[in-house]
Amino acid sequence: MNKKLNLIYVTLLLTPGFILLISFTHIPAVKTIIFSFFSTPRGKRPTKFVGLENYDTLINDPVFWKVISNNLWYAFGTIPSSIILSLIMALWVNSKIIGRPFLRFSFFMPTILPLIAVGNIWLFFYTPGFGLIDQIRSFFNLPNLNLLGSEDTALWAVMIVSIWKEAGFFMIFYLAGLQAIPPSLREAAMIEGASNWYIFRKITFPLLMPTTLFISVNAVINSFRLVDHIVIMTEGGPDNASNLLLYYIYEVAFYFWDTAYGSTLTVVLIFLLSLLAIGQFFFLDRKVHYQ
Amino acid sequence: MKFLSKIYSDYLNFIGAWLLALLWIIPLAFAIWTAIHPSEFEANFDLTAPLTTYNFIDAWSQAPFARYLFNTVILVTLILLCQFFFCTLAAFAFARFEFPFKNLLFSLVLLQLLIMPDILLVENYKTMRLLGLVDTILAIGLPYMASGFGIFLLRQTFKTVPRELDDAARIDGAGILRIIWSVYVPLSIPTFVAYGLVSVSHHWNNFLWPLIITNSVETRPLTVGLSIFSMADAGIQWSTINAATIMTSAPLFIGFLIFQKQFVQSFMTAGIK
Repeated sequence: MNKKLNLIYVTLLLTPGFILLISFTHIPAVKTIIFSFFSTPRGKRPTKFVGLENYDTLINDPVFWKVISNNLWYAFGTIPSSIILSLIMALWVNSKIIGRPFLRFSFFMPTILPLIAVGNIWLFFYTPGFGLIDQIRSFFNLPNLNLLGSEDTALWAVMIVSIWKEAGFFMIFYLAGLQAIPPSLREAAMIEGASNWYIFRKITFPLLMPTTLFISVNAVINSFRLVDHIVIMTEGGPDNASNLLLYYIYEVAFYFWDTAYGSTLTVVLIFLLSLLAIGQFFFLDRKVHYQ
Repeated sequence: MKFLSKIYSDYLNFIGAWLLALLWIIPLAFAIWTAIHPSEFEANFDLTAPLTTYNFIDAWSQAPFARYLFNTVILVTLILLCQFFFCTLAAFAFARFEFPFKNLLFSLVLLQLLIMPDILLVENYKTMRLLGLVDTILAIGLPYMASGFGIFLLRQTFKTVPRELDDAARIDGAGILRIIWSVYVPLSIPTFVAYGLVSVSHHWNNFLWPLIITNSVETRPLTVGLSIFSMADAGIQWSTINAATIMTSAPLFIGFLIFQKQFVQSFMTAGIK
């Protein structure tokens, strides 16, 4: 086939998809950055260039710093624990344990539920007085707890929900990874008299490294992207104790209609995600593969 | 001695796995318990408590869930069909042609895996207002229709199709679209199924963007409807809210129960590629 014809085909094939992709991902991303240097249009006052004013507001906004620190705690609190749990789950579901179908169902089930339904289920679970936690406590004559209503516990309570929702999802990838490991490796090690723990440490875990990294990247993205349960469980409260960056963006842009400041906050989110991409590109890619 | 310790560790694993699995299922089981019992029993575990469907009927009558369900079905179907169409075309170009800026264009596609429309709320809202699409089902789906993930996944699959097959088709005088449709698509069915299940469950469950872009019963999907229903301060009983929660998750959940193997397999395929 000649080159010119090829190019026409490529153009025809790519154009429809790229128009959508660019209009709803790339252009908005660039416009978000540009708009962060402008003011929010209000009533008759149109938007105007304000330089770094929004960023000045950002630096002096205590809620912003609170939200960033919450989000970091949230990431540190949910990612390692859900990854470790998911690995244990996968090892169990992959072994010859009694009741495997039930185990797999139970672990994976939260993945299928809408996060908003998950929020409702856990909200009820946590409800002071009614919820299961307080019912168990009242059995031991302990006073009611308001886990979501207290500044000290709200973020933790939300983190547990996230671990519950994510671990089963990550388990699937570990299962896929485990099934790709040739059984001969394990058999050979067992003939040599290696213990289960030794086999796990020296064979299984290293071979699962690419999976672990893939999951980690996904987990970091999810910790910044998923805030549906916040909407229904705490609305970021009390006093921003469980507020996360994306929820704050939503609040600022669509509750207070300060779209310019919302864009500025979005720039921070894009920046954080780009750091992740750069880190993955330069650091992880080299360490993953054992060849 | 070694034999004994093996039995011992099997036993420990068994207990641990079952404990965790039961712990994992408690929140859902608790919600289901209250949904199928009269509200007097919502804080009272009595195994002899009478069963009821009242809470479901109550929830169904208090909010237009039938309409929400209809909207969600339309939404996920629309997104899925468009994703299949746009992603297949683009994926084929990346899999089978050489052209200038190919790598650059492909990185633009991959960029969407990181910066998704989910976080570009403000600008996408402005675009929809400009297009006059605020509060339409189309507006909920539009940002997701050309999916970077879909293009990537299908490209990987198309690359495994032997070139001899499309040469043969070409000799028979088939055009590009014909080749895609009769050679590449049939050979990639498992990937389409995998991607389809992931896409449907993702968009069935999506919430924040639909919440922002819709504001009427005619366009709201189930997730948004559910949140509005359960956040209304009208003193709705927990048993009714739980019934609504289970109702909105049920179609996908039943699908999952029936096709459990395929679901798990699909999420695996989608993750590995």
